[in-house]
Amino acid sequence: MAEAHGALAEQFEELPQQQEASMLGMWTFLATEILFFGGLFMSYIAYRSIYSQAFAEASKHTIVLFGTINTAILLTSSLTMVLAVHSIQENNVKWTIRHLLLTISLACAFLVLKGFEYRQDLHENLWPGPHFKTGLPPQAQIFWFLYWAMTGLHALHVTVGIAVLSVMAFLAGRGKFSATYYNPIDVTALYWHFVDIVWIFLYPLLYLINRSS
Amino acid sequence: MNFPILPTAASKVAQQTDALYWGLIILSLVIILIVFCPIIFFLFKYRAGKPADRRPVHLPEMTIEITWTLIPMFIMICYYAWGAKQYFVIERPPPGAMEINVVGKQWMWKIQHPEGNREINELHVPVGRIVKFTMTSQDVIHSFFLPEFRIKQDVVPGRYTTEWFKAERIGVYHLFCSEFCGTFHSGMTGRVVVMSPAEYESWLLKGEPGSTMSESGERLYRELGCSGCHSGSSIVRAPPLEGLFNKPVPLADGTVVTADEAYLRDSILFPAKQIVGGYTNDMPSFQGRISEEELLQLIAYLKSVANAAPGLRNSLEGSP
Amino acid sequence: MKTATAGPIREAPTASKRRTYFEEGGQTLASWLLTTDHKRIGLLYLFSILFYFAIAAVAAALMRLELITPSGDMVTSDSYNKLFTIHGTLMVWFFLIPSIPAVLGNFVIPMMLGARDVAFPKLNLLSWYLFNLGGLLATYAVAFGGVDTGWTFYTPYSSTYSNSHVITMAAGIFIAGFGTILTGLNFIITIHKLRAPGLTWFRLPLFIWSLYATSVIMVLATPVLAITLALMALERIWGVGVFDPKLGGDPVLFQHLFWFYSHPAVYIMILPGMGVISEVVTCFSRKPIFGYHFVGGASVAIAILGFLVWGHHMFVSSQSIYAGLVFSLLSYLVAVPSAIKVFNWTMTLYRGSISLATPMLYALGFIGLFTIGGLTGLFLAALGLDVHVTDTYFIVAHFHYIMVGGMVTAFMGGLHYWWPKITGRLYPEKLGQLAALIMYIGFNLTFFPQFVVGYLGMPRRYHAYAPEFQIYNVLSSAGASILGAGYLLPLIYFIWSIKHGKKAPPNPWNATGLEWQTPSPPPKHNFEHVPVVDQAPYQYSPEAAEEMVHG
Repeated sequence: MAEAHGALAEQFEELPQQQEASMLGMWTFLATEILFFGGLFMSYIAYRSIYSQAFAEASKHTIVLFGTINTAILLTSSLTMVLAVHSIQENNVKWTIRHLLLTISLACAFLVLKGFEYRQDLHENLWPGPHFKTGLPPQAQIFWFLYWAMTGLHALHVTVGIAVLSVMAFLAGRGKFSATYYNPIDVTALYWHFVDIVWIFLYPLLYLINRSS
Repeated sequence: MNFPILPTAASKVAQQTDALYWGLIILSLVIILIVFCPIIFFLFKYRAGKPADRRPVHLPEMTIEITWTLIPMFIMICYYAWGAKQYFVIERPPPGAMEINVVGKQWMWKIQHPEGNREINELHVPVGRIVKFTMTSQDVIHSFFLPEFRIKQDVVPGRYTTEWFKAERIGVYHLFCSEFCGTFHSGMTGRVVVMSPAEYESWLLKGEPGSTMSESGERLYRELGCSGCHSGSSIVRAPPLEGLFNKPVPLADGTVVTADEAYLRDSILFPAKQIVGGYTNDMPSFQGRISEEELLQLIAYLKSVANAAPGLRNSLEGSP
Repeated sequence: MKTATAGPIREAPTASKRRTYFEEGGQTLASWLLTTDHKRIGLLYLFSILFYFAIAAVAAALMRLELITPSGDMVTSDSYNKLFTIHGTLMVWFFLIPSIPAVLGNFVIPMMLGARDVAFPKLNLLSWYLFNLGGLLATYAVAFGGVDTGWTFYTPYSSTYSNSHVITMAAGIFIAGFGTILTGLNFIITIHKLRAPGLTWFRLPLFIWSLYATSVIMVLATPVLAITLALMALERIWGVGVFDPKLGGDPVLFQHLFWFYSHPAVYIMILPGMGVISEVVTCFSRKPIFGYHFVGGASVAIAILGFLVWGHHMFVSSQSIYAGLVFSLLSYLVAVPSAIKVFNWTMTLYRGSISLATPMLYALGFIGLFTIGGLTGLFLAALGLDVHVTDTYFIVAHFHYIMVGGMVTAFMGGLHYWWPKITGRLYPEKLGQLAALIMYIGFNLTFFPQFVVGYLGMPRRYHAYAPEFQIYNVLSSAGASILGAGYLLPLIYFIWSIKHGKKAPPNPWNATGLEWQTPSPPPKHNFEHVPVVDQAPYQYSPEAAEEMVHG
């Protein structure tokens, strides 16, 4: 109990109040993230509706193998994240740390694959500008700009997520969390699921336009 | 000392806009009286230390709130309708307009009359004639503002915007750029010279334009090689352009668009954007090879053959 | 206890042994720069925004000097363009948006709620650092060559043509925007979770309702600004064609994205001011607010409707006329909740016991100037009329009536109202009333002529103008100097009052509200014991107040 009280910040009266406040805080932050990514999604929708042919052609040059594997990786990492929360709810600190480390590994694997994919994309001159790959309609550059911007912003969020998860794993190792107090892990999990959901939207919009033809 | 309140109203539209303005001023004065008078009255009557009846009174709060919500809402909708009606008048040119092209660039206005006369920062028009502008910018967004006519329209690169007016008074009026466009934005001004029809005709002749807008366009049509593919007798299959302007065009993806100025401009600069049904994506882009004024002249030419019969086609018409 | 009439009545007893938030928590510079005390953070924000306000005010002064004559003879065109850009960007993002929320909101909200601090005090400090990091970049952009795009950064001028420090300024606004988002987030959670026992939603003071609505807008709208500026900056760096028509991009898309944020942003700027007015009008007429639920509900309605009207900035931008019809209708509807607030404030005065202390003078000034500014909004919402007046000085006058006549006036009113609580000192009341009057006169003289010259056709952002516009420009510039004096006077006497003002009692105005249940200035933790609330706000009685005056 002394540990639990040590976790209570002075502006709060009780632990449940603090816990609810952190969850509400993270939900509100995620609302801002939806609006943040939303601007890019709106631009994508606007340009795809007027340049649907160019977008379809541009999308064919994304590497759907990488995209699909990465989707599977990220979905699995959400599973390990859920398991981490479940473990700490059962007061199983050892497995909490393990699941956190698994999540981190999967997230790193995502970034590594993304790195290889980016390298391949650059090799094919899919970077917008004067040296853009020839043979594609000019508006394909707008698709590719949005590809780099959206996946780049997402990768930035994944990186931040890895940092936060590492801190969580470290603190868990120091015994900071228990079944009575695990707010930060809860809140991190919420953030991580959001990062996953953004990818779920990005994947079809960027990789799967007109793949059947 | 001169304190003008309104600019000259040089057209009927200007007078109508002014009427709307006065209507709103009257509304504002009424609301100001309704709000300020009670406030000032209360400030005096209920000043601390002044004897008055301050007993709490049970007012029908909900009724009051709903009343002063609904009545303003109703008034708002009336003014909305008035403003919207005026907007339709301003934005929809009546038929039979004289079409003038405007190209804005940092920091000047380039104007061309259908007879071919060109002007820079000046616009000569005859009184009593409907004039419609087709406008675009060569660089950044500008705005073509004629205060005495109460009209304004942004001039946007990459698209055509339109504006119209009918001058009812002879005189000289202002032309201002009213969208910030860089260093000499405040210098991008000019004059609108409204003349009698006879004076306008002689002004046109004095200008000695080499060719009309559509004649220039026809020359470009040949010089740039358009006729090479688009005239009826060519070997390459390209859609005929006679009788095309403002007609519906079925595209390869199944949708149907109208061949307006914007469509024609995009077809010349971004031919791959919309492929006509039954044709292939072979047309080269003329981006960088043709200026905005030349584009407008080409379009003027295509408008001049809008009522001609489509040219001879290859026998291989129909599905590819 | 006597009622406040023309000013507070008595000094506080000498209780020099009591520790306030100035002493508790340390008295070194480091203890201030690393504080998590919401009261100290509020003061830190006050110093920061005054710095940016000063730069932006100097820019305004130079502009008004130039505009005395029709020809551009004082500064070059490029310099003038930089002046109005600096004025706009610094005033909007580095003064107005933080002003009431980050200064008064930070200080007062936890106390009004009966809390010891905000929900996330460390995040609060981070907000201030983000704000100033952004401000540092903005100041760099100003000092090392300026920006000349206008505060609206329209493409393709900003993304392709401008030769100024666009990216630095955009980065500064981007970073400061995250400070705003965190402040809004903090307020939302604080208001949800840290209310004292018994303080239900409908017992909250209206200042809280206004700041809650403001925070929701901050949190939802600011991210869109961030991504829009990022897209514009990336376009500038890599020229990819997002907004460049030569590459198939759409410059008007920028305007949609920009105004989707910037219209709600103006409600971020005015709602807190309205909150202050509700507090002051009730206190200085000794009456509960008339129509509490409607005033609170109006704040929420403004926040929601405010997200739906952005296209009214684009009636002549080549937006479809049908879109214009929708945006115009919604713009007329969003005027209604503001009108409701004005009517309710007026009715609050009825049968009150009204005293014209300085905060009340500012509140009454707000009602007058905001009403005029809001009415001119109706002119702009009228599609047919907006075609003529958009991008002219009519617009400039409209938004200055709301932002300066409304928001800055409310900020001054709030600052005077809560000054005794913040500093433990009273400002000199007679000078306060005089400054309010000077400001009011100067303001109207500066900005009313701009309505006239705008309708005459003078476009905005003009460095040189047609000669027939001169008389109104001269009047406006004359007014600006008087307005400047009206702002300078409080700066002087506020600073003077810190050392020499009369010591303030806990509740100099005899106001309701939990923040007045603490000493002036309060201790670090605000309340010894968490207060319990059992009644509605604004339990004033004008009859009791009158008895105090006479008996």
